[in-house]
Amino acid sequence: MDRSTSNADDALIAFRNVSLSLGGRPILENINLKVRRREFICVVGPSGCGKTTLLRLIAGLVHPDAGEVIYDGQVVGEPASDVALIFQDYSKALLPWRTASGNVSLALEASGTPKPERAQRIRALLDKVGLAHHADKYPAQLSGGMQQRLQIARCLAQGPSVLLMDEPFGALDAMTRQVLQDEVLRIAESGHTSVFFVTHDLEEAIYLGDRVVALRPNPGRVAEIFDVRLPRPRDQLSTREDPEFMRLRRVLFDFIQETES
Amino acid sequence: MKWQGFILPAGLVLTAEACARIFGISSDSLAAPSQILKAAWMLLADGSLFVMTGQTLLSAVAGLLLGGCAGLVLAVVLGLSPTLTRLLRYPIEALRPIPSIAVLPIFLMVYGFGYRMEIAIIAFACFWPNLIIGQAAVSGIEPRLLEVSRVLGLGFVGRVTKIVLPAALPRLFLAFRLAAAISLIVSVTVEIAMNPQGLGYELMAAQNSLRPEVMFAILLYIGLLGWGLNALLLFAQQRLFGAAGTAQVPR
Repeated sequence: MDRSTSNADDALIAFRNVSLSLGGRPILENINLKVRRREFICVVGPSGCGKTTLLRLIAGLVHPDAGEVIYDGQVVGEPASDVALIFQDYSKALLPWRTASGNVSLALEASGTPKPERAQRIRALLDKVGLAHHADKYPAQLSGGMQQRLQIARCLAQGPSVLLMDEPFGALDAMTRQVLQDEVLRIAESGHTSVFFVTHDLEEAIYLGDRVVALRPNPGRVAEIFDVRLPRPRDQLSTREDPEFMRLRRVLFDFIQETES
Repeated sequence: MKWQGFILPAGLVLTAEACARIFGISSDSLAAPSQILKAAWMLLADGSLFVMTGQTLLSAVAGLLLGGCAGLVLAVVLGLSPTLTRLLRYPIEALRPIPSIAVLPIFLMVYGFGYRMEIAIIAFACFWPNLIIGQAAVSGIEPRLLEVSRVLGLGFVGRVTKIVLPAALPRLFLAFRLAAAISLIVSVTVEIAMNPQGLGYELMAAQNSLRPEVMFAILLYIGLLGWGLNALLLFAQQRLFGAAGTAQVPR
């Protein structure tokens, strides 16, 4: 709980005048954005607006041409161990030759966790995402939703301060998606984790986020930031029926329509 | 109907035998199947076949291990380092097309007759398929997996042993099998051409001393040997890498 003593307005992640071109094409232009500690921030926008690139900048997988990305007071260089990235294509991000526990173990091996401690931590992590009974299965033997849970478990093994999620539930069916949304909320809440969540699903963004950042494409810029003043814990039925939820959905929907036209 | 595959070969052998008996062929270049079998039995009985096999296989295996492993190591390094790949591109393109038997005079000068010369040539021949296929295997690894290893903070050694090698393993083993076949071809070729030892040399010696039945016996035996070697490696592949080798669901 040491973070509660720090200023609530204290930015964990900050983009300062960030611009980036890839292959001569401007992707992001003059981005200024702050993510507070323990904040759940959602990023929406039409395809090609640089949502994923924002996330990869925080992860340290790409670096800006101009400006700087700050994480925890430091300019982002190589990927940091307490920043976890959850990819959309879970089937490609898991090692097909390792079992579920082997995949979680990879993160522990990378962080240098002593071998005797691993088994117990793996069990706890798999239990946390509801895969306790599937520890010895290979990814190909798991459903899409279970594979994504496994990837989340592996990311949690890093003991992250930030979860970066790149359209993590885009490929899942509606029911699985709702269950996993609630689980991510629970995990973020209990772990005091900041979440940077990229999605193309407006309702998902409002349902999950403290704030929703809307991007404008060609090149990607921050168009507007919406505060989501919905009570927590969120609930799949009552939250989605809240007048404020519906108002925000209308505003965001109009906004996306306008940028895509 | 597996037996149907045997009709034609068996028919041909019987025809050859019948022709040899009826017409009483006595030739410097042909022999009746029964004579070949007898010669094979003689080679087996006096132990000379085992000596030749030992000489040829020792060279083939040593060359395969030396050249093959060197090729695989370089393949992994090149697969992970685009800079080194660019630097070595033209040397590799220039050296690779050289037929391996063409380096025989060089290694003969360096090592003289014997194992070392033969092993060096086989190593040269086995180096290339492992390098080329291995490089393709490493650069064909799902880029997402390499990003995962970066995000998790795996070091170079961890990345190679935990991601690159297991992911490329099925194709690396395929390269190894290909190189194993090449090692046998090249060892016999070197023995036929120059080196006075092994199966290839005895093959030529039989031909020179006008003993076609011995020549054919050794020839058939070399074929069996190659087939057995490949079968052994296939078996090893399924046993060792059952799960990883197919990169799919193990049963």
